[in-house]
Amino acid sequence: MSTLERDPGDGMVQVLDEEGGVVGDVPDLSEEEFVAMYRHMKLARHFDERAVSLQRQGRMGTYPPLSGQEGAQVGSALALAEDDWMIPSYREHGAALVRGLPLKQTLLYWMGDERGSLIPEDANVFTPAVPIASQVPHATGMAWADKLKNDGDTDRAFICYFGDGATSEGDFHEGLNFAGVFDTPNVFFCNNNQWAISVPRERQTASETLAQKAVAYGFEGVQIDGMDPLAVYKATTEALEKAKNPGEGERRPTLIEAVQYRFGAHTTADDPSVYREDEEVEKWKAKDPIPRLERFLRNQGVLDDERVAAVEESVREEVADAIDAAESTVRPDPSSMFEHVFAEQTPEIRRQAEEFARLREEYGDDAFVEE
Amino acid sequence: MSTQEQEATQNLTLVQSVRDALATEMELDDDVLVMGEDVGKNGGVFRATEGLYDEFGENRVIDTPLAESGIIGTAVGMAAMGLKPIPEIQFSGFAYPGFDQIVSHMARLRTRSRSRYTLPMVLRMPYGGGIRAPEHHSESKEAFYTHEAGLKVVMPSTPYDTKGLLISSIRDPDPVVFMEPKLIYRAFRGDVPEGDYEVPIGEAKTRREGSDVSVFTYGAMTRPTLEAAEELAEEGIDAEVVDLRTVSPMDREAIVESFKKTGRACVVHEAPKTGGLAGEITATLQEEALLYQEAPIKRVTGYDVPYPLYALEDYYLPNAARVADGIKEAVEF
Repeated sequence: MSTLERDPGDGMVQVLDEEGGVVGDVPDLSEEEFVAMYRHMKLARHFDERAVSLQRQGRMGTYPPLSGQEGAQVGSALALAEDDWMIPSYREHGAALVRGLPLKQTLLYWMGDERGSLIPEDANVFTPAVPIASQVPHATGMAWADKLKNDGDTDRAFICYFGDGATSEGDFHEGLNFAGVFDTPNVFFCNNNQWAISVPRERQTASETLAQKAVAYGFEGVQIDGMDPLAVYKATTEALEKAKNPGEGERRPTLIEAVQYRFGAHTTADDPSVYREDEEVEKWKAKDPIPRLERFLRNQGVLDDERVAAVEESVREEVADAIDAAESTVRPDPSSMFEHVFAEQTPEIRRQAEEFARLREEYGDDAFVEE
Repeated sequence: MSTQEQEATQNLTLVQSVRDALATEMELDDDVLVMGEDVGKNGGVFRATEGLYDEFGENRVIDTPLAESGIIGTAVGMAAMGLKPIPEIQFSGFAYPGFDQIVSHMARLRTRSRSRYTLPMVLRMPYGGGIRAPEHHSESKEAFYTHEAGLKVVMPSTPYDTKGLLISSIRDPDPVVFMEPKLIYRAFRGDVPEGDYEVPIGEAKTRREGSDVSVFTYGAMTRPTLEAAEELAEEGIDAEVVDLRTVSPMDREAIVESFKKTGRACVVHEAPKTGGLAGEITATLQEEALLYQEAPIKRVTGYDVPYPLYALEDYYLPNAARVADGIKEAVEF
């Protein structure tokens, strides 16, 4: 039975248990691919720890940490084919790096520089949205456009990420409803990390699972262990394949609920100790996706102390280089705020830009910039 | 296009010119599609998409689920992928469930993505009162959209302009909110060229030349304003009537030039007074042409009350009598 055909009530899809032992079908990945998965996860974790530290030192603005969610982000992103698209929320730095978004860009964005949003042309990653769930209809529209342009056929799929809180929003419903009605090649990937800032999953819905909401839209929902990168990879691969090549009577879209936990705060602006118990955090830390995959790969003879040390060193270097690059980037030209509003500046925007230029000329930037 | 074809015209109502613009542009560009509730088989509740379903098929004239955020949000995704969707919101008073998509995404995606993504989409919505409609069917809330950077807002007043402006809007690389004056959807007919032509976005049109006072208006209020101007001409007051046609970007130059000529102004719109565009026009004149001013600038607008049910709407909606009174106040100061 395919992973997707399982009833959400059957329990979560799992490949690795918490100790890294094999309890399901291991996806067919090469040794290099397994190591790449491990390295991406280590990179995402180290990047995250450094980003939080930069914020604490006042070197970066508010930042949404991802630690604990590496398995879901990396496992799902690695399942994408080159032409597939990713429509992220604001927390998918780990997934985006797999798709080729440079770490420096992510840092620049959270350092308040609009140029951080410049996604390389060859990375099929949509610009992240901050309002909750609003990217869900965009993802449906993008997939729908692809299908319309190809006369109902498509060989690309569109994965959209959002959290458990997003499933309470109207846009979640509207986006999934349209996807069901128009049978669009979408994979809706819910990172159920248990907390929408301080409000628990139980306060978002009385549904037993989030995956079962898919039933209302006429397509499959599947609940998976989001801290098991191999289960994530497997379920996402199947969902992407179905989006492109649905079987007889199958609908293209899938809702994946990846059950997981964020170890840190929602963003660096909140203190999770106010709303949740340490015991809970410790319980989930035992499910940490990184040691879990590492144990599995050591058991397989793919990783040893030496290889792990080499990965750790290269990851530290890569993050350090990205931080250097981001911090040595000169501030954006202030006049750039008048650009990218319209293809062509309107007369009024032009006038305002001219007035702004005159003010800078007359008073100097020191008169405006707070130190 | 040959001269002969250019001269071929049809006599259309304003809503027929909307349909004509859509059909013309859909014929020319396969990426253009219309979507919304009832736009397909039913041809739209105001018949703005009549016959398009049969002509272009269900993949280009799409009946969607009833969901404003879904309609606008999926159109954002389609436009980002290179289509030119024209979502219709049945009445502007129902746009608010999609407001977040309009202001947070439609208006901002170019900025957010540093121009990697542009949204060549046109959000159509009939606005305004005077048709004896139920609650929430008569609002005139263009100020919401003009206040949002990244949106263009077009409000035509004639069948000719409607077709030309809608074609310009569809061809514009940036998102346009196209607000159609449903009061005059069928109030009169006008000559509309066959084939395609553009009326540029952002340019006002002087509907009546005059020397005593400048009257600035747009959309459905252009008609009662012209009516008032003609009445006052008989009393010896020569009013200039400037139809803005696009409220964002606003043709400030045309507004200021007219005012410099007359030194007096009256602004007419059916939207509520507070926070309305009349305030913006007045402020522009204060900034740009204070020394030309001969009298206080008069605002003739809807009142700052929820749009009344239709038993009272005639008292709410500015008409020629109120406009004439406002013009006289500006002239007789």
